[in-house]
Amino acid sequence: MTVKYHWLILCAILGASGCSSLGVKPWERYELARDDMLMDSDPVDLALDEHIYFSKEASSGGQGFAGGGCGCN
Amino acid sequence: MKKFLLLLLLVISPVKAEIYDISQLDLKSHQGKVVYLDFWASWCKPCRKSFPWMNSLVTRYPADRFTIITINLDAETEAMNHFLGKVPANFDIYHDPSGKIAEQFELEGMPTSYLIDSNGKVVKKHIGFYTKKVDQYEREIEELL
Repeated sequence: MTVKYHWLILCAILGASGCSSLGVKPWERYELARDDMLMDSDPVDLALDEHIYFSKEASSGGQGFAGGGCGCN
Repeated sequence: MKKFLLLLLLVISPVKAEIYDISQLDLKSHQGKVVYLDFWASWCKPCRKSFPWMNSLVTRYPADRFTIITINLDAETEAMNHFLGKVPANFDIYHDPSGKIAEQFELEGMPTSYLIDSNGKVVKKHIGFYTKKVDQYEREIEELL
């Protein structure tokens, strides 16, 4: 029984260490900011989606990664 | 006549940006001046908007009391050079491809700018660049001059 717990703890520690360097720093978003990384390549589609999102959620932005805004209005 | 005008334009065009390695950055050497320190990258769209404004600041404020220092955070030098070919700059640029300085300043967004007074103290920090707020940015600089 105790051996099983040891394995569990070991797995938990290993699993948690995988999250130690999460996220991309604001100045490292070069690849994410590329135009072909957008959710949609068509600007009209994007504008419509953004408009619908804004109407529903009362907030906008967050679809691209080129800026540093907070995404609030 | 056209050639003459072109030549004239070339002669009177503003001084081009000097690009240095980040290891050459010495903020202390600028003490006594108000410093506008700006972090930017070629892929950052608001940064592009801030360039014409920063260029105009250089021409409007006295060089002995005000200076603009910008830090480019592009991992690739080519991307920075390509950007500068399209968007000219007349202030000094320090290239920090590894983001060491950005890490020290703990940047939260791009662009981020700091307004540093003549004693070397950071007075203001702006995350992002908004053309609507340009008047406010200028007021803050003028208060320190």
